[in-house]
Amino acid sequence: MNAIAPRAVAPVPPHARTYRYDAVDREFLAERIAEFEGQVQRRLAGELTEEEFKPLRLMNGLYLQLHAYMLRVAIPYGVLNAAQLRQLAYIARRWDRGFGHFTTRQNIQFNWTKLEDVPDMLRALAAVDMHAIQTSGNCIRNVTTDEYAGAAPDEVVDPRIYAEILRQWSTLHPEFTWLPRKFKIAITGAAEDRVALRLHDVGLEAKRNAAGEIGFAVHAGGGMGRTPLIATKLRDFLPEAELLGYLEAVLRSYNALGQRDNIYKARIKILVRDLGAEFAEMVEREYAAMPRDRFRLDPAIVAAIRQHFAPPPFLALNDVALPEAPEFRAWAARSVRPHRQPGYASVTISLKPIGGIPGDASAAQMEVVAGLAERFSFGEIRVSHVQNLVLPHVRQEDLPDLWEELRAAGLATPNIGLVSDIIACPGMDYCALATARSIPVAQRISERFADLDRQLDIGECFVNISGCINACGHHHVGHIGILGVDKRGEEVYQVTLGGAAGNDAALGELVGPAFSYDDIVDAIETILLTHVAHRLPGERFIDCYRRIGLAPFKEALYAAA
Amino acid sequence: MPLLEDGRLVDDAWVSVADDAVLPDSPAILSLARLRRDAAELASRRAPLGLVLPPEVAVAEIADLLPLLSLVALVLPKFRDGRAFTQARALREQHGFTGEIRATGHVIPDQYLALLRCGVSTVEVPAGADPAVWDAARRVIGIAYQRAVVPDSPLSLLRRKLEIA
Amino acid sequence: MSTPPKARPATAPLAFTGNRLRDGRVAWLGEGGIWVDRVAEARIFPPEQAAEGLALAQQGEAAQLVVGVYGVELLLAGGVPVPAKYRERLRAAGPSVAAEPAEWRMAS
Repeated sequence: MNAIAPRAVAPVPPHARTYRYDAVDREFLAERIAEFEGQVQRRLAGELTEEEFKPLRLMNGLYLQLHAYMLRVAIPYGVLNAAQLRQLAYIARRWDRGFGHFTTRQNIQFNWTKLEDVPDMLRALAAVDMHAIQTSGNCIRNVTTDEYAGAAPDEVVDPRIYAEILRQWSTLHPEFTWLPRKFKIAITGAAEDRVALRLHDVGLEAKRNAAGEIGFAVHAGGGMGRTPLIATKLRDFLPEAELLGYLEAVLRSYNALGQRDNIYKARIKILVRDLGAEFAEMVEREYAAMPRDRFRLDPAIVAAIRQHFAPPPFLALNDVALPEAPEFRAWAARSVRPHRQPGYASVTISLKPIGGIPGDASAAQMEVVAGLAERFSFGEIRVSHVQNLVLPHVRQEDLPDLWEELRAAGLATPNIGLVSDIIACPGMDYCALATARSIPVAQRISERFADLDRQLDIGECFVNISGCINACGHHHVGHIGILGVDKRGEEVYQVTLGGAAGNDAALGELVGPAFSYDDIVDAIETILLTHVAHRLPGERFIDCYRRIGLAPFKEALYAAA
Repeated sequence: MPLLEDGRLVDDAWVSVADDAVLPDSPAILSLARLRRDAAELASRRAPLGLVLPPEVAVAEIADLLPLLSLVALVLPKFRDGRAFTQARALREQHGFTGEIRATGHVIPDQYLALLRCGVSTVEVPAGADPAVWDAARRVIGIAYQRAVVPDSPLSLLRRKLEIA
Repeated sequence: MSTPPKARPATAPLAFTGNRLRDGRVAWLGEGGIWVDRVAEARIFPPEQAAEGLALAQQGEAAQLVVGVYGVELLLAGGVPVPAKYRERLRAAGPSVAAEPAEWRMAS
């Protein structure tokens, strides 16, 4: 491999709250890259078969997709600093086609990677304390969390601390690297569930008890895919010190008993569903038999990690009134969220321009956002599971300037939470597993509702699109879910209504027979017109659906046929 | 099959004995069925005994047999089937087994380090396998974020950093 | 990898495709066991020679040239081979959506 010196990296802004690597962390990454480079060389030399190499490359985020290799880079719990985002832009230009795709798991994917380049790409990532470890494979994946962590007014416990502890604990875990199937953990510390807690293999809800001590409600066995299931609660309050030990017991039970002969039944959700209450009892037995002291999470470790996420040096400010300018107001109404600190706000940057590819950002846009983060948000950026970016800590008085800059870069579409803020997986345009395209369906829906006044009139509505049953586009939990499937070589699209991912998590109901690629946009429009006709004043789509049920939508969609 | 220990090929003193074969007066590896069947008479045997533990059997189910055993052979039917990692850790951590744990079946060099960290002592490797590749695979990463089963392995990185600080 | 889940006996002429091991790009089995970039240059096998074609394609896997080979049924519109299924047409032609940012296209 060519020794390509990674681009010189600007120092991390002093207040960017990312976990800062020390010399040992960096040495570990260098070793991991050396290991992967050796695996690539053994593959190219024919010493590893593709069957053997595939899980090894997947464990380092490298897929072979429809047109090329795809590298999925971990953005740990969706937290980035400006230097890291600039480096992602550099990688996009140097080794890809000048863009990246932010995913629902708060990661970024490069679609046009060459196998031979990957070790150099990994070294460029390591230069900013990043990697692609365990972004795929049958192992514990990147832990996801609330994109407003450390900023949200309703936050009780900062989830980043525990997400980082889980990241370290799960990294090259010797026992849990060859699980029956992938394993996804989400953690939140806020009252409102913004991480789809109950749709993960394990969902952790960090909270405080009456004595003020930190603990976790532990949910297990949720998931989407072919068999969507809402998770079961295993523990209501697991004390902080027991977090790792208890998770070892959950993972160990799963590793021993999860199905391995059928890929569609191999996730922990099937085990939890089939065993019912017995699963929780089994985990408790396993946990009781373990040498639990070995796994106690030392409060000193928690304190040491907490230091990495100390609040930035907020100024003592008061909330300010925002300017009246209508265009600014329209953007602010959708994009600006309250902050726990007076005088500050969190800003969502839409990666959903009308007719664009959901979640895509060009290298130039990444650089713009990095600069804005340095100027306005203590150098911090978050990736949301809705495939947008967030500047978590913006002074309210800076909002008009920030808006002007975002507008100039094409990043100020005022559509957050509206019909065109669509979650879409890459679909058959890129993904080897997909059975239908997702991106052009999202683009056509977005263009149909290009009039933002019309979107505003429709109100909050989440449209989620997956290009296959694996449900990377979270269609089961979209208010309107769209699933593309192959029907005798033709792409057709099934529609579900009433899904939700938050505290009121629910799986969408199938509305009826599937629609063709040509007809799907009309069908979505019919559904939204039906909502507008039936809603009470100010009623959201999901609330209207829950009140009136499936029948009026079915009637509107299929009565004419 | 060649046997790997500490990154080197070593002689294998053990033989696998079929359920209906005569038991030799030397180290012998038996099936679970035979061990259960003959447990009473095997208790007085002098030569070391080993057991092939199928991947679907939990270690807790054979805990009563462990005092008889000097070796437990774990099986990876496919290298992607990681149940042996859990069995090895349960043997060491939960049941204090101090004998040899042997990984057999389809194992690749890239799994060697994790197997060692879970408490495996030896690996059956394919005929003609280059031990240098295996030895390199266990050395390439010297840092671990978790505690391992073996006592001389690094402390967890979190722990170590605190102690350095 | 790109291998479709199900295989059934071929009923139409076929070409064989895979991804190049080194860069992952789509390749087609051409004449003389050479792997080419375009389906137009692919060797076309009648359906009864599907097994023979697959065996030739698998030689490319054994030689570390390509990964995940499989047969693709073709329509021969005016002598020009076009994959019968939409998925393979996407494979042959590239994504149906813009595969690079606008400013990048303008620059190059």
